Amino acid sequence: MNGIHDMGGMQDMGPVVAEKNEPVFHEPWEGRLFALRRAMAAWGKWNIDVTRHAVELVPPEEYLRLSYYARQFVAFLPMLVRSGLVSQAEIDNGTPAAGQAKVTPALTPEKALALIAKGVPASRDARIGPRFQVGQRVRARNLNPVGHTRLPRYARGKTGTIQMDHGVFVLPDTNAHFKGENPQHLYSVRFDARELWGKQASEKDSVNLDMWDDYLEPA
Amino acid sequence: MTKTRRNFLTAAVTAAGAAAAGNLGHAEASAASQGEDEKAGHTHIHDHQVVPSDFALRVKSLESLLVEKGLVDRTALDTLVDTYEHKIGPRNGARVVARAWTDPAYKQRLLTDADAAIAELGYGGMQGEHMVVVENTPTAHNMVVCTLCSCYPWPVLGLPPVWYKSAPYRSRSVIDPRGVLREFGVAVSENIEVRVWDSTAEVRYLVLPERPAGTENLNEDALAALVTRDSMIGVGKITAPGKPARSGRV
Repeated sequence: MNGIHDMGGMQDMGPVVAEKNEPVFHEPWEGRLFALRRAMAAWGKWNIDVTRHAVELVPPEEYLRLSYYARQFVAFLPMLVRSGLVSQAEIDNGTPAAGQAKVTPALTPEKALALIAKGVPASRDARIGPRFQVGQRVRARNLNPVGHTRLPRYARGKTGTIQMDHGVFVLPDTNAHFKGENPQHLYSVRFDARELWGKQASEKDSVNLDMWDDYLEPA
Repeated sequence: MTKTRRNFLTAAVTAAGAAAAGNLGHAEASAASQGEDEKAGHTHIHDHQVVPSDFALRVKSLESLLVEKGLVDRTALDTLVDTYEHKIGPRNGARVVARAWTDPAYKQRLLTDADAAIAELGYGGMQGEHMVVVENTPTAHNMVVCTLCSCYPWPVLGLPPVWYKSAPYRSRSVIDPRGVLREFGVAVSENIEVRVWDSTAEVRYLVLPERPAGTENLNEDALAALVTRDSMIGVGKITAPGKPARSGRV
């Protein structure tokens, strides 16, 4: 989706403002929300690509205006309802529906620690060959899907060089829409800065992006 | 109490429903009823003023609802918050860097199989499942961004600062990396390559900064104390102790 989240190369966003001695969470609710999202993800009703796409669907002016965690909260409630774990009426009323048995939490403190320690790998052992080799020249395809993609606009149609083959990974474009993991090779592709931005960029500089087989064609 | 919670959650779902479906005229519409493919045509809400205290109450209400339903365990939430507030942060990455500076064989392992090398020091896991370490040299300076969202190597750096997730950093790092670096006080001379790493997948990047001159006599612990979070993102310089913070040129 050519959404506001795809910001690479925009120029009117102002200076980068870094806060000195910044806390991890600026207010307790940010930490609670951070934890709630992990605890609810443990029910297995969605995946990381679904959550990313949910945030991308926050309308652009809201996306820019809301803080990072506020944006995540706005994206979270529709996911909860769509998953069936919480009903719209429960959210409207703020209390559980009458007559429903209380369930047992999916994420215990022990499982939370295991999740933190092990993570959720996105690589797959599938025996799938690479379409491209390290050193090969490739062009990023000019794709403009209305759904989720991790191919930024600024790289589309540009030519670069395969620098690393990371192995086989889940493809977000399908996974974000519950249409399968579609595992395939993921590469680090180096683009000269001038290929991306023209002569205003330094001829020395480059940008590497991680790109799946489906994003690339031979150049 | 119930009424209060209802008010806050309803206000939130108004924004959330509009976010999911772009449904201006039907703010009470169920987000769940919106199909996956109906999201393309947004209309937008304009009258929803958000203040932080609002979110504090709404998140509290949501937590209460989820706990009452048995969907979440409050102590698991406490564990998650405590871990990222107090136990996982850039000191982990600093230990990795200091080890690489003092142990050439470790550095080699770190650059060729970062996951295994970082695990040697006991780090790894969520949002650092697939690590790549990129090395700053006299001829190349690396910096890391996630233009599409906020991808960041949690096990070694903790959760990202606000500026890393902000529109200015995400938008400008790829088109004007030298300008962004100047704002961080890092001047990179023209004959040095700037390599930007846009974290568009589940691979997470950590910059291995150059060991500053004048630190030959420092041990690993002392070196780790010098390593800053920003230097491991690629937007900070490291100065040797006792040296004046001069040009910052790298």
